[in-house]
Amino acid sequence: MKNTVTFILSVVVPLVIITLILRDASRENKLLAELKEEYSQPHIPSVDHSKHEVLQRDFDNPHEITATCISCHTERGQELLNSFHFTWEREDFIEGRGVTYLGKRNLLNNFCTGIFSNEATCNRCHAGYGYSDKNFDFTNQYNVDCLVCHDNTGSYEKLRGGAGYPVPGQDFRTIVQNVGRPTKANCGYCHFHGGGGNNVKHGDLEEALLTASRQVDVHMGVDGANLECVDCHVTQNHVMKGRYYGVSSANTRRATCEQCHTAAPHLDNMLNTHVEKIACQTCHIPEYAKVNATKMFWDWSTAGELEDGRAFELYDEQGNPIYQSIKGDAAWQTNVIPEYFWFNGTADHFLLSDKVDTTEAFLRINTLFGDANDPESRIYPVKVHRGRQPYDPVYLTILQAKLWDREAGRGALWIDLDWERALVEGMKYLDRPYSGQWDFVDTEMYLPVNHMVSPASEALQCQDCHTRTNGRMQFVEGAYIPGKTTNAAVDSLGVLLIIMSFLGVITHAVIRYISHRKNKVVTSS
Amino acid sequence: MAKKEKVYIYKLYERFWHWTQAFLIFFLALTGFEVHGSFTFFGFENAVDLHNKAAWAFIILTIFTIFWHFTTGEWKQYLPTTENLKAQAQYYIFGIFRNAPHPTRKTILSKLNPLQRLVYLSLKILVFPVMIASGLAYMFYRYPSQGEILELGIGSLETIALLHTIGAYILIAFVIVHLYLITTGHTLTSNLKAMITGWEELETEEGETPVSQTIKDPVGEKIRENTPQITPDRYENKEEI
Repeated sequence: MKNTVTFILSVVVPLVIITLILRDASRENKLLAELKEEYSQPHIPSVDHSKHEVLQRDFDNPHEITATCISCHTERGQELLNSFHFTWEREDFIEGRGVTYLGKRNLLNNFCTGIFSNEATCNRCHAGYGYSDKNFDFTNQYNVDCLVCHDNTGSYEKLRGGAGYPVPGQDFRTIVQNVGRPTKANCGYCHFHGGGGNNVKHGDLEEALLTASRQVDVHMGVDGANLECVDCHVTQNHVMKGRYYGVSSANTRRATCEQCHTAAPHLDNMLNTHVEKIACQTCHIPEYAKVNATKMFWDWSTAGELEDGRAFELYDEQGNPIYQSIKGDAAWQTNVIPEYFWFNGTADHFLLSDKVDTTEAFLRINTLFGDANDPESRIYPVKVHRGRQPYDPVYLTILQAKLWDREAGRGALWIDLDWERALVEGMKYLDRPYSGQWDFVDTEMYLPVNHMVSPASEALQCQDCHTRTNGRMQFVEGAYIPGKTTNAAVDSLGVLLIIMSFLGVITHAVIRYISHRKNKVVTSS
Repeated sequence: MAKKEKVYIYKLYERFWHWTQAFLIFFLALTGFEVHGSFTFFGFENAVDLHNKAAWAFIILTIFTIFWHFTTGEWKQYLPTTENLKAQAQYYIFGIFRNAPHPTRKTILSKLNPLQRLVYLSLKILVFPVMIASGLAYMFYRYPSQGEILELGIGSLETIALLHTIGAYILIAFVIVHLYLITTGHTLTSNLKAMITGWEELETEEGETPVSQTIKDPVGEKIRENTPQITPDRYENKEEI
């Protein structure tokens, strides 16, 4: 008895104490509480623009509005001339290309191919006035459009086909007296409508974010943190954090989750270890396009068909156009499960001068760099937008069609529905060689998903990835993922070893039993 | 003529260690192969959590046991010997089927036959260290630098995981064979009973001082003093299998 007591005191009690020490005590997420407190403070503007004398008047020339802004904000005009929202191009270093000056100004995309020859309509979303063709003056600060970002009335409208100019006759007096920090509505005016309609391009940026619940976006949800875009896309002197890899290439000045949440935001260390290799977005954005559909597929090759000699459109049950004579076939999807790729924050782009490799299954409009062995790479959720774009089978370059014009008969595809003419006009505008022949090439464009972060309770669970079949990581290569990855040799040899052990033991037992009975017979006789 | 005597062969800590270890190995295999993706039982997250907790328990138990081995001198039991090694192997392959006697006599000073010594020693110095080392690496290999342990700089989990998996298969094979071989004592259950109660009936040579009495074991001594003497049965009269 005494012996047992000694044993318990010397062995069991220390074991229990050590176990209790090693056990994770439950802690409160202090960081999150602090963030909530910080960002629940309302923004109080330092200026009431309605009290400014220079703004007590009507305007009809938008350049004059800009000049009036600059009369007080004397240096902001110059800042804007260097802002990506205005220049639509930036200096980057791309592995394999060197220093490049790329942006919306000169890059292709998987939607309307590019802005070239279509500037007047595409550039409605340029933060400037009058970018109607390649001759736009990027050095004139009075060409900046202050209002599209700073109008807080929510009423400012840019003109369709107006090359960035506002709809004439708006109540500019009220608008200029109510300027301030950009709101979601300001940013969304352009960024929700990329690709030619709500949520067409990004899938995680759309009008619903203005009114959505925190289930849709935990940061922007009106019943959640109700953050503004610029809370995360922190801006100083009009230089903002954030990259869209359809037009960016470098791993700098990115808006990251870590800037608020740190690189170890979880109370569970096991989850924090994942941060090294898994981007926050991967688990915390289990699906995107949670409210309205996003365009997943765009086949230009079928554009131009007519019904009774006229252009027509077909819609799916949700009212999304699945065929348009002017745009071709399309596929739309809601609650999309992202595809996952290694990504290190750098990217490359297919340029107008690049050659199409027809031996490849598809052409990458942009390429996200990264792989499992790159310490900078993490696994990111990506919207893959697939399409078919026109190309020149002789010169092997992507072809830009002229899509838009004010008038018929000038070769615009969307009016005249004539591919041949549209391509000739588009390439003539670009001043690039065109053989006169055209075909279509399958394309893919990769858009990392960053918004529509779900509440923590909706985040992916372990078994969503750590599973043998149909896991989220099923196509992610190069990493050993416990529960998913197996080594065929180790597993078959291991199972064989176990089977052999069983067989050995059973055989031995059977022989033992038989010989024992034999021996018994011998003994008794 | 061989005599039989009840001997207190497995001490209290030894049995505690053995059965805790047995439970932990079973539990680690169950949770470990769930983490491996072989089946679903606890759910992946719980399996990982339980596996890690059991791993810490195993490590602590191992530290205590290393201490016990050296303070009691029991580590000498595992020194490998070639003496009787062949005979022992032959016994399992042939002798056992002919009712031949065990070639190695079990005593308190030498509880293990040469094959056991070899197998248990390789568990102690090879399989367990590899499993513990790869297991710790598995847990910590990519802790972020702001965590308690700095990044170990191991690029991929693959080598660690494969090593750990190979070890797991070997341990399962060991357990299967071990569970069978414990039935090869004097009776089917005599080894099992010994590991549960600590007492086993061992042979002593005629005229020889029972080994149990030569051991300096004050605790065991006390237990023996308080235990009524049991008349040993004759080996030949016992139902063997």
